Amino acid sequence: MEIDPFIFRLSIFILSIFVGYYVVWSVTPSLHTPLMSVTNAISSVIIVGAIIAALSNSQEEVFSFSSVYGFLAIVLAAVNIFGGFLVTQRMLAMYKKKKKDK
Amino acid sequence: MSANFSAILYLISGVLFILALRGLSSPETSRQGNFFGIVGMIIAITVTFLSVGNFSSGFIYVLIFLAIGGSIGAFIAYKIPMTAMPELVAGFHSLVGLAAVFVAISAFINPEAFNLGTPGNIKLASLIEMSIGAAVGAITFSGSVIAFLKLQGIMSGAPITFKGQHPLNALILISIVILTIYLCSTQSSNLFWILIAISFLIGFLIIIPIGGADMPVVISMLNSYSGWAAAGIGFTLENTALIITGALVGSSGAILSYIMCKGMNRSFFNVILGGFGATEQSTSNQNKEQRPVKSGNADDAAFLMKNASSVIIVPGYGMAVAQAQHALREMVDTLKKNDIKVSYAIHPVAGRMPGHMNVLLAEANVPYDEVFELEEINNDFANADVAFVIGANDVTNPVAKTDPQSPIYGMPVLDVEKCKSVLFVKRSLSPGYAGIDNDLFYKENTLMLFADAKKMTEDITKNL
Repeated sequence: MEIDPFIFRLSIFILSIFVGYYVVWSVTPSLHTPLMSVTNAISSVIIVGAIIAALSNSQEEVFSFSSVYGFLAIVLAAVNIFGGFLVTQRMLAMYKKKKKDK
Repeated sequence: MSANFSAILYLISGVLFILALRGLSSPETSRQGNFFGIVGMIIAITVTFLSVGNFSSGFIYVLIFLAIGGSIGAFIAYKIPMTAMPELVAGFHSLVGLAAVFVAISAFINPEAFNLGTPGNIKLASLIEMSIGAAVGAITFSGSVIAFLKLQGIMSGAPITFKGQHPLNALILISIVILTIYLCSTQSSNLFWILIAISFLIGFLIIIPIGGADMPVVISMLNSYSGWAAAGIGFTLENTALIITGALVGSSGAILSYIMCKGMNRSFFNVILGGFGATEQSTSNQNKEQRPVKSGNADDAAFLMKNASSVIIVPGYGMAVAQAQHALREMVDTLKKNDIKVSYAIHPVAGRMPGHMNVLLAEANVPYDEVFELEEINNDFANADVAFVIGANDVTNPVAKTDPQSPIYGMPVLDVEKCKSVLFVKRSLSPGYAGIDNDLFYKENTLMLFADAKKMTEDITKNL
């Protein structure tokens, strides 16, 4: 009997939870705020679904009931992607070591 | 582009996201990590364009909408003050949640675009996955909006509770499950809309009873939810990048919630069921007694610090409110010039989100190797001359160690009272969030400095 592809995706999902578990425990507590903003940015990869939804229509009719939701989701996810990565970068640029010359 | 090839590229982008989080294990590697994250996102978006392969007028519109959202995001990222980070993150969570809802709606209306079957005849597994994605997304959205309003001060930070709250929430959660089951057997679009509507409602109801100082838990929890919502959509779209990311973000948020709960010695359910501040305040008012307090001014504080050889600074949410981090750094610079050793002690739940204080200190150019976590520094208080508590309160309360009756008993606290002397900057003697008196105020070696945190710090610097 063939294995349902769902099982493969479920395996990826479960293993990723464990990867996430160990990776996040190794994050230093002083970087917990950037951790939240960067997880926020990467979870906006949901834009993949938004793009598929927005481009689901034929050439003649760009905006339909279903594609409009796709376009709205693109805007929301784009705010998050740019905002999330840039604010993380801004924060991380501030973390500096003690200067050696005293 | 062949489906297999794009699947491999999605996998690569998922791995890059793992590396993005991995980079945060130390500040040196963190910037590189963020770069990996950006590359992963670019790959995912490009692959999607290529595999859809529709470069008609719709594609131009997608780019336009992407640019609109992107410029709004970039503008916010550059303008936002670091003190407003918790609000920003809560706001961003709401957007992820709403985007998940929109994608699920679109997939429900037009399942052909996603290869999920036809309207009214969607594959069962896909329908379950998109219902979960939509419901969790909606909860994330409305919950984050409430968290945002509370953090922004538009809505009172006080817990809002009413009779029958918990049974009502339980009823709604059960009906979400029942609706999903019915939806799967009938494929009715009305049920789908109702499912989304009540999910919005429950997100709202879950967050309103939670008080302001529990926000670190709430934000982490919503962070986790936004991940599970993304994973739900990832299963619907059969997209590995989304599944991996959803799982990463979901477990990340869950771990942060756990760390925050541990920092308050409270169980997750205790926080979620809410109403902490409201119930405890009544008990503290009964045994209000007038005890003598020593108060001083900037001059006294400067004198104490000048004669110290080591000073530990304990910042809290009050420092963020007063925007005192830069003034504080200037004070520390002056102390260092006088060869006084200065370090910072950060409690896990200081501020309104995990790591909030660290970001503010980093913003004020405090080197991160002078900033220590609770376990790292707690033994040093006994050897330090002065503890300078600025904007923190409950996290220094020795009652947590001595009084089993106290609501915060068992919570890990900073052993500030072991210092030779304690300088406590505070506006008034009012109790902190937990609604209990801080024993530290009345200790022999405590000098209260009643003033605005920023002004007091500036005055001390002048007197040094």
